[in-house]
Amino acid sequence: MSLAYYPGCTLKTKARNLEEPAVASLQALGLELEEMSRWNCCGAAYSLADDDLIHQVAPVRNLVRVQELGKNRLVTLCAVCLNTLKRANLVMRDDGEKRNAVNSFMNEEPDYGGEVEVVHLLEVLRDDIGWQTLAERIKRPLRDMRLAPYYGCTLLRPRDVAIDSEQSPTILRKFIEALGAIPVDFPEFARCCGSYQVMSDPDGISEYARVILSSASSHGAEALVLTCPLCDYDLGRGQSELLKSDKDFRSMPLFYFTQLMALALGLGPEICHFELNHGDPESLLREKKLLS
Amino acid sequence: MSVTISPKRVRGDFVRHVRDISGENINLCYQCGLCSGNCPSVCKMDVSPRRIIELARLGLQEEIAESQTVWVCASCLACAVNCPRGFDLSRVMEAIRLLTLRKNLDRVRPEDVSQQERCDLPQIAMVSGFRKFTG
Repeated sequence: MSLAYYPGCTLKTKARNLEEPAVASLQALGLELEEMSRWNCCGAAYSLADDDLIHQVAPVRNLVRVQELGKNRLVTLCAVCLNTLKRANLVMRDDGEKRNAVNSFMNEEPDYGGEVEVVHLLEVLRDDIGWQTLAERIKRPLRDMRLAPYYGCTLLRPRDVAIDSEQSPTILRKFIEALGAIPVDFPEFARCCGSYQVMSDPDGISEYARVILSSASSHGAEALVLTCPLCDYDLGRGQSELLKSDKDFRSMPLFYFTQLMALALGLGPEICHFELNHGDPESLLREKKLLS
Repeated sequence: MSVTISPKRVRGDFVRHVRDISGENINLCYQCGLCSGNCPSVCKMDVSPRRIIELARLGLQEEIAESQTVWVCASCLACAVNCPRGFDLSRVMEAIRLLTLRKNLDRVRPEDVSQQERCDLPQIAMVSGFRKFTG
């Protein structure tokens, strides 16, 4: 079975360590992520202005492209792309006036009415494959790894596009359990990493990282599990700064969920591109005898 | 901070623009402060999110303009999902930012981003940053 797949800009450059292990893992699980033949940037930040329809055009064009492929479901890996595409889709489905205005503006495109379902890869793993099946396919269980699930903002907020409960999500916890690792709950699982504030206040980003990473560490986590390239950048950059400025700060590896899945499925570590991770993720993996 | 409240300002263009751009009814807020309590950026703000709503609905544009708060907001929506009145403050923050950006007053100038930063920053940071900080 093949699933229409939207990668987004960052997965083709800085976050190949999010994309490549995902594509390989899905193949190993018998599903193909079929990258859309044409796609454009989703806009990366959903417009919160009621009178700003022009920024809905970019995500909606991608959804039109999905329909052209004869598909009605679109899979994303990047949490921000998921949020932007899904929210734009809801506007087109639920707001007749805005739908007409966007369709009228894109007059060279077929009319679109929000028919495509936008899902995150974690939902495919939960709903299409199932945790039990994933657990049965694991060849190299991540035994004794204490992993903190970090959702960030865009997988869980706002509620109408959330992939799980905003207050008490379990999807990443169950994913971690399926890989044979130990999930470590911590209260800052959905606290903002600082997001685009890294553009206006790069030095200030480390304070967000300090709260999130210190909390995970004090609850016993050895590493953080991520789904978003912006979280990865902000937390990684913040952590590097903290290591220079605070001798008491304890750093921890940051992994994309897809890297850990590929490793647990027995795929070669080269597909995980650990060299693109911040810091030194491989020492922990060697310590756990998951890498030689 | 002492402020002067007048019916003229409350009924003025600023309040109307904020309402129209945000699509939110700012009079829903009853000032419980859960937005400020849940905001991960509040320690970096000079005026709390709760107070921004109050200043906005009183039409106190100059007091808001003097504050850095709307530029510190990361649109994480922690305020919105915790509001007992179903009010989305992140949309009001966006409306106030846009009232500045739409005058071509950019908060971050693309030419000021160093070559090193351009190489380091992932596209997702640059696209979302320029979306929020440029007009």
